[in-house]
Amino acid sequence: MSARAWRVRLTPYAMILPGWLWLAIFFVVPTVSMLSVSTMTGDDLNGFKQTWHFSTYSDAWSQYHTPIVRSLEYGLIATAICLVIGYPVAYWIAVRGGRYKSTLLFLLLLPFFVSFVIRTQSWEFMLDDHGMVLGVLRTFHLIGPLHFLHILPSDGQILQTSTAVIGGLVYNFLPFTVLPIYVALERIEPALLEAAGDLYANKVAAFRKVTLPLSLPGVFAAVLLTFVPVSSDFVNATILGGKGQTMVGNIIQTQYFTNLNFPMAASLSFILMGILLVGIFLYARVLGTEDALEMAAA
Amino acid sequence: MTALAGPRVEEPVNDGRRNPPRRRRRRGWLLPLWGWLVILWLASPIVVMIVFGFNNVPNAKTNSVKWKGFTFKWYGHIFDFGDLTDAIQNSITIALATTAIAIVLGTLMGVALGKYRFRGNGSVNLLLFANIAAPEVVLGAALLSMFLALNIQRGYLTILLAHVMFSIAYVVVTVRARMAGMDPALEEAARDLGAGPITTFFRITLPIIMPGVLAGGLLAFALSIDDYIITSFNNGSTQTFPLWVYGAAQRTGGSVPPQVNVMGTLIFAFGVLVAVGVAVSSRKKV
Repeated sequence: MSARAWRVRLTPYAMILPGWLWLAIFFVVPTVSMLSVSTMTGDDLNGFKQTWHFSTYSDAWSQYHTPIVRSLEYGLIATAICLVIGYPVAYWIAVRGGRYKSTLLFLLLLPFFVSFVIRTQSWEFMLDDHGMVLGVLRTFHLIGPLHFLHILPSDGQILQTSTAVIGGLVYNFLPFTVLPIYVALERIEPALLEAAGDLYANKVAAFRKVTLPLSLPGVFAAVLLTFVPVSSDFVNATILGGKGQTMVGNIIQTQYFTNLNFPMAASLSFILMGILLVGIFLYARVLGTEDALEMAAA
Repeated sequence: MTALAGPRVEEPVNDGRRNPPRRRRRRGWLLPLWGWLVILWLASPIVVMIVFGFNNVPNAKTNSVKWKGFTFKWYGHIFDFGDLTDAIQNSITIALATTAIAIVLGTLMGVALGKYRFRGNGSVNLLLFANIAAPEVVLGAALLSMFLALNIQRGYLTILLAHVMFSIAYVVVTVRARMAGMDPALEEAARDLGAGPITTFFRITLPIIMPGVLAGGLLAFALSIDDYIITSFNNGSTQTFPLWVYGAAQRTGGSVPPQVNVMGTLIFAFGVLVAVGVAVSSRKKV
């Protein structure tokens, strides 16, 4: 081959290389390095040695299965609430938005212009025992009914309850649910709905037979993009929750920085990632197609 | 996010004749009501943040959940806390550097993936997907493991390395989407007219994919200045704005100094202005 032909063939690799190297060094290598740390033993003073001590994983599970299960539970609940709240919003913007689509999307994304931590802290401020949300609830005598529905404790405190943490998670990750569903709905050819109408489908049937199935790849991506960050979040649990709302992210952080038990922290990280990977895989087998994975990547 | 990057989709032709406006208006007020309620709910903590930046509390250390009257004084005392000022400086410089590096690396990757078919592009896509899909806590913890294993001092530089790592993929995705919509004949025409590959890239390809590059850059900036989780694993003793706020909220049991509200408000206003500016200028070009 001529020098020129070689150059043309190598061009894409040369363009990929710098970014690929960055990801290899600061993403792939660290992940492998954490995998090796997870089976080490030792302590911070004398250093850690590789002893292939796999039982750290079972210790991690037996000690911390409560926060792990709680993280998945919060993840499932928050994702379900996000879907229920978010699907109609995505539908509204995509189908009824008309020429205001971009403006409405922009309004939906406004929270991203304020730091995630500040938004969560702002919720803590609003949900404070003397704050405005409880003030409104008291004025309208809503604490009793909410307690009856097991949403609030009887003393009418919101902070340090699961309600506050799940509420914060839903708040922070809702845009991640709406956007992929919006993209899927937006792609639906209006002619398809007209065809359904011409074939005597009423609005409900047209939605059920055309719109809903065609939006499923978006829903798939939305679940993925919401569930993964929600179940591994620990900021909401720290700021809005109390001792009873600890999530696996909190434990990983404590193990690294307070207990200096690096193998335990690494094992917990891999248990979390393993559960999420298996979950995503099963979920993709049951519901998804390659199309859906592509949507998630975009 | 995708909304900023995607090519503008033509609105469907309004079939006003077949659906007279009166009928259309009667149909479904529930959906818009729901949508506006959700948008209001999403905006509520921002409104609270802005309003309580004007709260006339006596003590600069903490804000109060009760309204104490209107004041501008916190805008005059933004820089009262030296470490908060340092933190915000770190956040801004790290976000700018992250944006610059991620734009260069991500655009190169995005153009290559959008333009060429080559062996191994599947694995590159998988790497990018894994990077976006991996939980932040795992990304942060993994980097920390490596820094600990190699005895690397954590600080400003390690935060920057981490931020570029989680931003590249987003730039790639937005640039690749823009690249996919580009007509390859334009580049060929430039080559036929005697332009070299470098000239073609800067005179033809780059201007066409610019909206994708800008959207990717904005995303990188926003992700970097906002990040808490990954940064908290790799910061050492260096503070960023979100870390400082988190620390202050932990120390005082919820309330942060009003200066935080002021800085949050200014960043919010600046971000909105830039985004609106980019949106308006790209609309003009199209």
